[in-house]
Amino acid sequence: MRRLPPTLVAGGVLVGLVILTALLSFTWTPRSPTHVVIPDRFLGPGQRGYLLGSDQFGRDVFSMLMVGARNTLFVGIVAVGIAVVLGVPLGGLAALRRGAAEEIVMRGSDVMLAFPALLLAILFAAVFRPGTLTAMIAIGLAFTPVFARLVRGTGLQVMAQDYVTAARTFGSSSSGIFWRHLLPNVANVLIVQATVAFALAILAEAALSYLGLGTQPPTSSWGRMLSDAQNYLNQSALLALWPGLAIALSVLGFNLLGDGLRDVLDPKMVERMQ
Amino acid sequence: MLSLTVASLIIFLVVQVLPGDPAQVVLGVNATPDALAQLRHQMGLDLPGWQRYLAWIGGILHGDFGTSQVSSAPVAELIRQKLSVSAPLALLGMAVSVLISVPLGVIAGVRYRRLSGALISALSLGGIAIPAFWAALLLITVFAIRLHAVPAGGFVAWSDDPVGAFKSLLLPAISLGLVQGAILTRYIRSSIVDVLREEYIRTARAKGLTRWQALRRHGFRNAAIPVVTVLGLQLTSLLVGAVVIENVFYLPGLGRMLIQAIGNRDLVVIQATVMLLTGVVLVVNFLVDVSYRLLDPRIRATR
Amino acid sequence: MSSPALEVRDLRVAVGTVPAVHGVSFALAPGRRTGLIGESGSGKTVTALAIMGLLPDGLHATGVAMYGAEDLLALPEDRLCELRGDRLAMIFQEPMTALNPVMRVGEQVAEPLRVHRGLSRGEAGREALRLLERVQIPDAPEKMRAYPHQLSGGQRQRAMIAMAMACSPHLLIADEPTTALDVTVQAQVLQLLNRLVDEEGATLLLITHDLPVVAQICDEVMVMYGGRIVEVGETEEVFERPRHPYTQGLLEAIPPLDDDLPDRHLRAIPGTVPGLGEFPSGCPFRTRCPRADEACLEMPAMAGNSHAVACWHPVG
Repeated sequence: MRRLPPTLVAGGVLVGLVILTALLSFTWTPRSPTHVVIPDRFLGPGQRGYLLGSDQFGRDVFSMLMVGARNTLFVGIVAVGIAVVLGVPLGGLAALRRGAAEEIVMRGSDVMLAFPALLLAILFAAVFRPGTLTAMIAIGLAFTPVFARLVRGTGLQVMAQDYVTAARTFGSSSSGIFWRHLLPNVANVLIVQATVAFALAILAEAALSYLGLGTQPPTSSWGRMLSDAQNYLNQSALLALWPGLAIALSVLGFNLLGDGLRDVLDPKMVERMQ
Repeated sequence: MLSLTVASLIIFLVVQVLPGDPAQVVLGVNATPDALAQLRHQMGLDLPGWQRYLAWIGGILHGDFGTSQVSSAPVAELIRQKLSVSAPLALLGMAVSVLISVPLGVIAGVRYRRLSGALISALSLGGIAIPAFWAALLLITVFAIRLHAVPAGGFVAWSDDPVGAFKSLLLPAISLGLVQGAILTRYIRSSIVDVLREEYIRTARAKGLTRWQALRRHGFRNAAIPVVTVLGLQLTSLLVGAVVIENVFYLPGLGRMLIQAIGNRDLVVIQATVMLLTGVVLVVNFLVDVSYRLLDPRIRATR
Repeated sequence: MSSPALEVRDLRVAVGTVPAVHGVSFALAPGRRTGLIGESGSGKTVTALAIMGLLPDGLHATGVAMYGAEDLLALPEDRLCELRGDRLAMIFQEPMTALNPVMRVGEQVAEPLRVHRGLSRGEAGREALRLLERVQIPDAPEKMRAYPHQLSGGQRQRAMIAMAMACSPHLLIADEPTTALDVTVQAQVLQLLNRLVDEEGATLLLITHDLPVVAQICDEVMVMYGGRIVEVGETEEVFERPRHPYTQGLLEAIPPLDDDLPDRHLRAIPGTVPGLGEFPSGCPFRTRCPRADEACLEMPAMAGNSHAVACWHPVG
């Protein structure tokens, strides 16, 4: 069994933690995250059984974080899912068909890339109703060109390979080539890119929720916890610490995972001494 | 150029056409038909879509961004005001980012096998995971609330108190710059590590240059090329990040205006601001492309 | 010989625990041209880099490399920097990657002069122009301002040579200088090298896997295999009467160009060159040698005077 790179392990652990927390939150949290207990406002960590303290309404911060993990993962999965489902076929189309299709896809990508994910999401939130769904769609659309370009780029390399030309002479259809040759070769890079995109999606959603344009109450969201905390920085600075830490650790986890996966799936050639 | 046009089209479509009736959007569900009709006429919605689009574009080319729904002020004027906050913020953020990342990135690259290099690399990994607005909150807690060194928010006009204005921009710029700096550090480091492996570095050393001299005279020029392209992207991220940061610090800049306009359903302002930001992004991308061509003589040759 | 220009004793280089050079010893007579022949994997480039102190990170050299009164392998880096480019020079195999792609050719050629002779930009530039003309690059003034990718392969290599000879070095190491060039250009570049070395009275160490190249300009030749030197002698002597089976194998593998085809067959050495760390113990050639036996389990020492060989069963 080859030794796994430390980045992969570390990333896997962090991501695993987030996933576990989110799943666990469905069945159990230390206290109810929505349960308001005014006398217990602004408690510090460990006081009266509040693991990480309580917020301005006496709600348990730890429980809120746990439920917030659900939201974080949900947004990430859907947003990246949209980007992949839209971007990969488009990229494949561009690589396989070339010509006009390729032009359209590439120009379209260029334009879409002009819209940073956050900006697009803000625009969508402005026009449509702000909410989780809007945010996910916007972020997903913003990332689509990234995947389209990736698949096209790798796809072109694959298409230039001799075995693809051979497959063509055997009468393989374009879609056949796509599924059997292009996709497996792109899969590695796709997976790595997906983890990176996941990390960015988390950051984007957090910013949106912070601005009030993302996940709406009563759904728990780490970003919104931060915006709430800002109002009470004087009373309890720690309130601003935990949600941000959760975000940072999740993003770090996905980044490390991506790094680790890249090392495993796409090892660089060791320079051989002549 | 084409991208710009298409982008403007998209923005217009999204804001004006997709939600159905912009007047409805502004006034809400409970508006009376008369109010709607009046607003529609006011907004020029009786004209067909493409005419409105052309009118809007024409206006922009003349510097007329329309009139704010809410404040009845010409949007162009509003933008000018807000820019006096947003532009310095973005530039300052960029400066912080570069100041942090260049020395750190170079050290991390040159000493990539030593502990110091690995440490910087790990730090930067942490840095890119931090949401800028969280960093801002933490900075506020420490510097503004505990130490009272800088204000926790708000802004004094440049004309009234330049020093105060600068101080209000300090924490925001640092929050922006820290995160962007982490990203830039990684790029610089990886660029330098790549360059150090190149053969011409070995040739330079064979000529008698020290490792550092070889890096300075040969390496930097080559390492700079990918870094410059990233700088352009950085500016984009900075602008978008500034939108959020301005809201954290209650700075009266473009970002805050945008968010407020969303709250007020001020479509004209929203359209104009997003268009402006997108335009800047596209221009920056274009400049990056151009600079890449200029910097790399190999690309210059193949025209 | 009179005091050698370079004397290497028991040079060993390891990549981690894997040895690349196993105790190489030789002496270069001043003003002479010595060829170092070996295939890829023989350790010849590593030897050269070790002498120059340019081994990549992770490789360590032990042994002695006496240049005058100084041991190159023991010198501090700043002293090495003084010597490199000035007294010791090296040219590399692939001029496209060995030259800085974003720096003009003239600037690169002038650099050793600025570093070691303290010339100003203008003076160094004029000198560089003269150097480029000396190596017979056409349109030298134009080429000065060109970038490496705008020159042909042969011109790039000439520029490299100009760069190396800029400070009239005492010792020039050329690592496969013609391998990346077209055959027609090869001869020209070799002649150029020959002439310059002659004019400067420099000592040349020419590293290559190509025997005809050595035959053209080298007075002396050393044959290297598996990180060791297996045969040393005057070029003509070694080529006409090879003593090591490997050398013989190499010579027999060269297709003859003369009209009267000999009745012997073109023979290839059986097997392939082992990778790093896969050479057998004892004599590294024994797994491919038709004359090997149990004695070869132990590495033979170099035996002989002017024509020395490290073999238990030398040919002839």
